[in-house]
Amino acid sequence: MSERIDTPNTVSINDDSTKPEPGVDATRRTVLKGAAAIAGAAGAQAITGFPLIWAQDIKNIELRHVGVSYSVVKAIGDQASKDLGFKVTMQNLDTSAAINRFVTQPNSVDIADVEGWQSKLATRRGVLQGIEVKKIKEFENILPIFTKGEINGKVVSRQGISPYEAMYITKPDATELHEGVTEWATFLPQVYNADSIGYRPDLIKKPITEWKELINPEYKGKAAILDVPAIGIMDAALCFESAGEIKYGNKGNMTKSEIDFTINRLIELKKSGHFRATWTTFDQSVQLMAAGEVIVQSMWSPAVAAVRVKGMPCIYAPVNQKNGKEGYRGWCNGMALMKHLSDKKLDAAYEYLNWYLSGWQGGFVARYGYYSPVPSTAKKFLTANEWDYWYEGKPAKETILDPYGVPMEKAGAKRDGGSFLERVTNISCWNTLMDEAQYMNKRWNDFKAA
Amino acid sequence: MAARTLAQRKQITAWLYASPLVIVLLPFFVAPILVVLIASFLENDGFGGMVRHFTLANYAAIFGAELTWRLYLSTIKFAVLTWAVTLVIGFWVAYFLVFHVRNQLLAIGLFLLCTVPFWTSNIIRMISWIPLLGKNGLVNSVLLSSGAIHQPLEFLLFSDFAVIVAYVHQLTIFMIVPIFNAMARIDKRTVEAARDAGASRFDVMRFIVVPLSKNGIALGSIFVLSIVMGDFFVVKVMSGGGSASIVSALFEDIAVLQYPPAAASAVVLLAIVVIMIALILRTVDVRKEIAR
Repeated sequence: MSERIDTPNTVSINDDSTKPEPGVDATRRTVLKGAAAIAGAAGAQAITGFPLIWAQDIKNIELRHVGVSYSVVKAIGDQASKDLGFKVTMQNLDTSAAINRFVTQPNSVDIADVEGWQSKLATRRGVLQGIEVKKIKEFENILPIFTKGEINGKVVSRQGISPYEAMYITKPDATELHEGVTEWATFLPQVYNADSIGYRPDLIKKPITEWKELINPEYKGKAAILDVPAIGIMDAALCFESAGEIKYGNKGNMTKSEIDFTINRLIELKKSGHFRATWTTFDQSVQLMAAGEVIVQSMWSPAVAAVRVKGMPCIYAPVNQKNGKEGYRGWCNGMALMKHLSDKKLDAAYEYLNWYLSGWQGGFVARYGYYSPVPSTAKKFLTANEWDYWYEGKPAKETILDPYGVPMEKAGAKRDGGSFLERVTNISCWNTLMDEAQYMNKRWNDFKAA
Repeated sequence: MAARTLAQRKQITAWLYASPLVIVLLPFFVAPILVVLIASFLENDGFGGMVRHFTLANYAAIFGAELTWRLYLSTIKFAVLTWAVTLVIGFWVAYFLVFHVRNQLLAIGLFLLCTVPFWTSNIIRMISWIPLLGKNGLVNSVLLSSGAIHQPLEFLLFSDFAVIVAYVHQLTIFMIVPIFNAMARIDKRTVEAARDAGASRFDVMRFIVVPLSKNGIALGSIFVLSIVMGDFFVVKVMSGGGSASIVSALFEDIAVLQYPPAAASAVVLLAIVVIMIALILRTVDVRKEIAR
């Protein structure tokens, strides 16, 4: 709900400048310190093609980073402002409001936070400018899932729109995506995860490892599914595939008859009273589970953690791929540069992108269960205990705190779904925008109105 | 210089009077509607772009789809049920305030009390029903512990019932205010005269109170019906996503940048709401009411 409200999270620099600033010098010092830290983190790597901007010039710059609340986080923007010496303002919108704003009011945004499929749309609309890959210091260290479409030599699933597929263009103002690595990126991956099912272990006695449990008649009236058509249809497809009812050519880009099959089955389930509700926001999914309305639903990892913090047992089902079925539904948000950025503001934007991948943010998002595309830098901002718990899937040696310092797991707790590698190598599809999106939307509305 | 005729001068004055409204309405109402209207006749490139090519396909798709009829049926069902309940509650609250509370100051005080719940956001008011109506909610736990039921009542939340409850809670004030306003203007002596002449309470209601509150009822109905017809958030949250409305379907189109179909849906909805309001206005002369 709060996601629907377009509130700037921070006061803009212009408001600040009217007040006596207590420590302009202090700010500058922090900039230098921040720069030193970044340089230190980069190690022996030379900083190339990277203009150093003087604090005087940049302190009036304000970057507006706009996107969904789970990806564009105020605390990260605040830290960036502190480290970089110019103002970064985070603004939250829901998924659809965000893409609409990028496309219809591109000048009101500096950094667009987009998913792969949104990057495809925004690129086509010509509202972005390509990111020059060689200006991104950590680019070589970004996991190959994103930059090359593979991990550990294994090709990452291309069902749905994988980040790799949406990542490259041949020239900065191209409007068509390009297959294969180039010098220009549409967006820079910044946070991602693998989504699955959440369930109540006190009410469901057996461990859940398959999507078909979401449509198991035993849980009639106690199940919920995600109601964002482009994502919900993927969850539904995973269920029906898991139950052996259908084999999709490509779940992420269904044919009309595959869409019909999927929606008709959803309608049947709805009419039989299988779904207690559907949810659209993070908070709703937490509420549904915590209030005991549902005992199994498609869910996001931090939402499962949020239910547990409320004192309710909840497990994030490990749905590793087996027999060509199951697997997680992956998503990845990245930062894209809007076309109107130029000169100093563009330089500042590149500094921001580089700051973003330099580790602080990676450490921050790890503490609520999301991952950084550059785990090597995130590691520097995590304790050994945190790294082992979040990335290695090992039992916690001491209490695990959330990003704001609130205890969330006791010592001995182990993360559901295992290690980072186990999860990401089991991603079997990605959030998507199908060729038949219009038809799919219409059919999804049939499901909603049934 | 030839003197202007009186009629001409009157016309200019009339335009001057109307100009503030025109200045507001043209850019903020007429222009956007025109844009939507034009968009509804354009083609769609599937990537949020609109191709400047005239087509009726968007409208054909709307009228050809069974979905449209189901959406309208469902939305009109909500609108009519909400209207009926808010009318009954609103009418009696207003009636009580005007005719039964003798002290005018007290009546106005009580009237203001009716608005207290509206000091909070309507989203908060809606959400606050969820812990009340849920499976493990307040209502169910009271009923369970008192032994009245043995299974929690599931229809309370994430159902059409919950949607109506939220609408009634949000919109009754829109009925109370205009009806109160209309009733307050009824000359009490008319009622007394009728009673003295031997009219029953029912006759007074039938021949005096209802006809003289008609304008208030019509205004309240316009508010309630047009708000429900244009809403999607209450339906979405309170039905737990189980029901759709016209606007929620249109919103899904916008979510994937299908602007022309969404624009066509909006135009059709607008036309239908305008027709509804026109029908209501035919029954009463609101202008007369306001001038009275």
